[in-house]
Amino acid sequence: MSAPLDIEGPTAPPRANGELVFSEPWESRAFGMAVSLYEAGGFTWPEFRTALVTRIRAWETGPTRDEPWHYYRLWLAALEDLLVSQGTVSADEVTARTRDLAQRPPGHDHRDGHNHTH
Amino acid sequence: MTTTGSGEHLPPALRTEALEQLLTERGLIDPKVMNGIITEYETNVGPLNGAKVVAKAWTDPEYRRRLLEDGTAAIKELGFSGPQGEHIVVVENTPTRHHVVVCTLCSCYPWPVLGLPPSWYKDPAYRSRVVREPRAVLSEMGLELADDVRITVHDSTSEVRWLVLPERPAGTEHLTEEELVPLVSRDAMVGVAKVEAP
Repeated sequence: MSAPLDIEGPTAPPRANGELVFSEPWESRAFGMAVSLYEAGGFTWPEFRTALVTRIRAWETGPTRDEPWHYYRLWLAALEDLLVSQGTVSADEVTARTRDLAQRPPGHDHRDGHNHTH
Repeated sequence: MTTTGSGEHLPPALRTEALEQLLTERGLIDPKVMNGIITEYETNVGPLNGAKVVAKAWTDPEYRRRLLEDGTAAIKELGFSGPQGEHIVVVENTPTRHHVVVCTLCSCYPWPVLGLPPSWYKDPAYRSRVVREPRAVLSEMGLELADDVRITVHDSTSEVRWLVLPERPAGTEHLTEEELVPLVSRDAMVGVAKVEAP
């Protein structure tokens, strides 16, 4: 028997959005980056879609699904794949910058909205 | 101590921030423009747009005809357009014919009329199963269809986005277009629910 579908609550009323669109702030940034670049002519939507399909297929056909399904992780990876293939960024520099950001001492990361009382 | 490598184990939030910094430094994105886009999709673009399209089609036969003939143009008449709305095809549900929409390969969805897709629409279970066993999937989602109702599953492609025009429920003949709008749910416009009379 297949796993039941993940259905969140009753049918959503047609207010502005039927449900929370993004579950974490970084997902909205990853979404916004792709749409910004597309609108600025950085790539066509079919190009992005192809990159996304490739990432999703890789997850679905991977030998071990050790990574849980997380749509926006795949979205981010697809965006990076496309930008790397265009020569816009290199994976190494993204990794290097990510490590730099990870080195920030706690309390200096103002993006998460922590309060800074110690 | 760090190991060199892909950096796959660093949190995606940091990797997103790193990418955003690099693209901003290169002048490829403007964080202000990006904030505007995010706000737009979080608060403005959503299924209410599609509900207006449906309610108009229910009350204006000439509009309904145009909508079924050229969805993109008829939707644009109401001011809804944008990415993922370049080619919208509208299919009409009837008592004997039911349409349901999926994107088997990823998550294509008519953003200008429905906003961003709900998580179940992107889920591998829905995407793979609704094609193989639509009746069972719809039943699990609370929609029981009689055996003689013909179900058509529409798979989005890189070009076409689908919108379902649900059946107008019986008992709503006296309602105005404005009164019908709130009855139309997102799920009915994807084809996984029916519109119920109030």
